[in-house]
Amino acid sequence: MIGLGHYLTVASILFVIGIFGIFLNRRNVIIVLMSIEIMLLSINLNMVAFSYFLGDLKGQIFSMFILTVAAAEAAIGLAILVCYFRNKGSISIESVNTMKG
Amino acid sequence: MVIAGNSRLLEILNLTLDLDNYLEFRMNPSDFVFFVFSFVTISSAVCVIFASSSVHSVLWLILSFISAAGLFILLNAEFLAMLLVVVYVGAVAVLFLFVVMMLNADPKKTKTKFSNFVPVGILTALVIFLELGVVFGGWRFSEELYINSVPSNFIIDDNTSSLGNILYTNYFLPFQIAGIILLVAMIGAIILTLSKRDGVKRQDVLDQIYRDPNKSVILKDIKPGQGL
Repeated sequence: MIGLGHYLTVASILFVIGIFGIFLNRRNVIIVLMSIEIMLLSINLNMVAFSYFLGDLKGQIFSMFILTVAAAEAAIGLAILVCYFRNKGSISIESVNTMKG
Repeated sequence: MVIAGNSRLLEILNLTLDLDNYLEFRMNPSDFVFFVFSFVTISSAVCVIFASSSVHSVLWLILSFISAAGLFILLNAEFLAMLLVVVYVGAVAVLFLFVVMMLNADPKKTKTKFSNFVPVGILTALVIFLELGVVFGGWRFSEELYINSVPSNFIIDDNTSSLGNILYTNYFLPFQIAGIILLVAMIGAIILTLSKRDGVKRQDVLDQIYRDPNKSVILKDIKPGQGL
């Protein structure tokens, strides 16, 4: 019998993979954006799992809003990436050092 | 409603906190499907991070999304599953693929090189995972959980129509705001990537509107037998 715990475990593993992907990759901004998408997916899975096991549709509604924001974020992020590639000629995170932060 | 909610709550609590139930289970077909889908989701998410080229990463991401849609179907969220396939696989992943192809970055430069931050990354990931585990062991549902839940007269048999029923009534304003967020994202993406290149002939509407016939047309009286 699959319970809420199984889904929460899968979602937390996905979330941690997303966080690790951000730290791991220093060459490619696109993979960082994809890690963020994986994290948002795990949050969606959490929401839908709670929605199912509590019998409340609110979780699915909010999951839909998260999907909207994720799509908007991907579009803006990729637009910034295209802009950045035009100016710098690379998509490496290591070359994002203009502000010396 | 509240009493029914409480009994359901107790049932879920027993299901969640009963460790015997968690560890020993009888495998039925839907459980098997759950394990297949979750295994594929997690392993392809790992492949997204470790793939050697960006194109492979995007393809693994698509596999991860599709198997997550399978998990959504197991949770009776058919509409969201289809939305995931259409929006994520059909739009976002293709957008990623498009950008990866268009940028044509040097594969040697973008090849995955593990950074100096890998130990820190592993530490952070482990700490967050352990924190999630602690939360998983210790949480309780609030007693007031069912006060704000969706009224049962909104729920129709069909997942899609009950979602629409709630979304267009109780959540109409957030729905409109979501539309505005998408509009802002669209305008922002267009403005960011719009570039003016020299040597390209463009239409300048204002210039055309303010054009004055008196200044742009010169009448010359040319006598017969003479040139200009």
